[in-house]
Amino acid sequence: MSAVFDSFSRFYASSIGKKILVALTGLILIGFVFGHLVGNLLIFAGQDAINEYGHLLQTALHGSGVWIARVGLLLAVLVHIVATVSLTKQNNAARPDKYGQHKAQVSSKSSHTMIWSGLTILAFIIYHLLHYTVRIGNDFDKDAYKIDLHGEKVHNVYKMVVDGFSWAPASIFYLIAMALLCSHLSHGFSSLFQTLGISTDKSEPLFKKAGYAFAGLIFVGNAAIVLSIWLLGYGR
Amino acid sequence: MSQLNLHLKVWRQNAGQPGHFQDIEAPDIPDHASFLEMMDIVNERLIAKGQDPVAFDHDCREGICGMCSMQINGVPHGPEKATTTCQLHMRKFRTGDTIWIEPFRAKAFPVIKDLVVDRSAFDRIQRAGGFITVRTGSPQDANALPIGKEVADAAMDAAACIGCGACVAACKNASAMLFVSAKAGQLNTLPQGKPEKDRRTLGMVRQMDKEGFGNCTNQYECEAACPKEISVRWITKLNRDYAVAIVKEALGNSPKVAGGGD
Repeated sequence: MSAVFDSFSRFYASSIGKKILVALTGLILIGFVFGHLVGNLLIFAGQDAINEYGHLLQTALHGSGVWIARVGLLLAVLVHIVATVSLTKQNNAARPDKYGQHKAQVSSKSSHTMIWSGLTILAFIIYHLLHYTVRIGNDFDKDAYKIDLHGEKVHNVYKMVVDGFSWAPASIFYLIAMALLCSHLSHGFSSLFQTLGISTDKSEPLFKKAGYAFAGLIFVGNAAIVLSIWLLGYGR
Repeated sequence: MSQLNLHLKVWRQNAGQPGHFQDIEAPDIPDHASFLEMMDIVNERLIAKGQDPVAFDHDCREGICGMCSMQINGVPHGPEKATTTCQLHMRKFRTGDTIWIEPFRAKAFPVIKDLVVDRSAFDRIQRAGGFITVRTGSPQDANALPIGKEVADAAMDAAACIGCGACVAACKNASAMLFVSAKAGQLNTLPQGKPEKDRRTLGMVRQMDKEGFGNCTNQYECEAACPKEISVRWITKLNRDYAVAIVKEALGNSPKVAGGGD
């Protein structure tokens, strides 16, 4: 047992080991971001559709499903952040004397700002959880946000989202965060296949394009929800 | 032939002391000179004036030894693709240009003097696994060990690495992954290198980490700067080989058992 544990701590201490953990947790988070978007797009299918979906998530596995997902995602986020912050610190320490001139020839702006887009997304996640999950600083927990669905009293996700995005500052912050997430994914998506040792000459361009497409999809999909409510008055 | 008048900003530093950029005027540089020859001319003039010449690394001057270095206008070995500094010619510059000349900067490459850095970290990584353990003496018959043409070609591509350190210099994290992956990958690909693959991969990566190089962030500046155009696919392979080796180390039999009992 301790031999295995020793190996794991050596794995985590190594540069490639940490990167593999970042890639694997990144993959989990990519899956989550996609599922989250698909679920939320149900808002365009009407009030009952998204409320039913919300109720399903809350009650899956007798209510334990949502907690299993929350703990898993929290762990993934934690590992992703702790490892990348540690890697970034090492990277900065690896070149104490900066260049007078340093030209990037092929790398994207997004790839140079991963730590900043990432940390801003972290701030957004905290705000997002307080906004819609913990529901602090708003009335989303009150009776006005309960509704009858097939004879059951459930949380009115639809009204909560519509009211949430009717407030401009929240909508603007969401849009900024989604733009940064888009930037983060545009490098992170294809990057993970390289770190996991999967990329080849033939597949790398595909992973790159798929990454851009995925990043674009996540931005357009999420921004559509915010903009249609905030600017076009959908659901109000 | 025409003459170039250049403004140089050259990094001057003694080991262990802070450095600075020195402005040096370089008039009447023949455009058929190589970059290193330009540096020679500049140094001769500095010596004639009784000043300290600029220390820089050079050896074969035909692009195969990996000795010449220099970050030229922010790019290792200068702006030309797939060339070393000695292969860069002054005709690539225009008269009146300002040229920034700096050492390859990395914590693992301490400055010895001016543009000369100590790259022996690479040698220590090689000693940690960049070899095969075979009996020396009479070689076996060349055809006794069949190797596919594709495999041999790929290994040769990796073997083209001259260990110059441009990958480290170009990387924003001063990561040595391209060098290490080429040196490990060259041997890991061939049947002669496979018996020691896991040991080699773990040994070289651990030594690389110990030397204080940064971590790869998959931006591929190394590949763009490499004078031998080593592909970042070797880094993919190193990542894969490392993952396999670490799992085997963690969960496989200990060496005593794997070795076939007592």
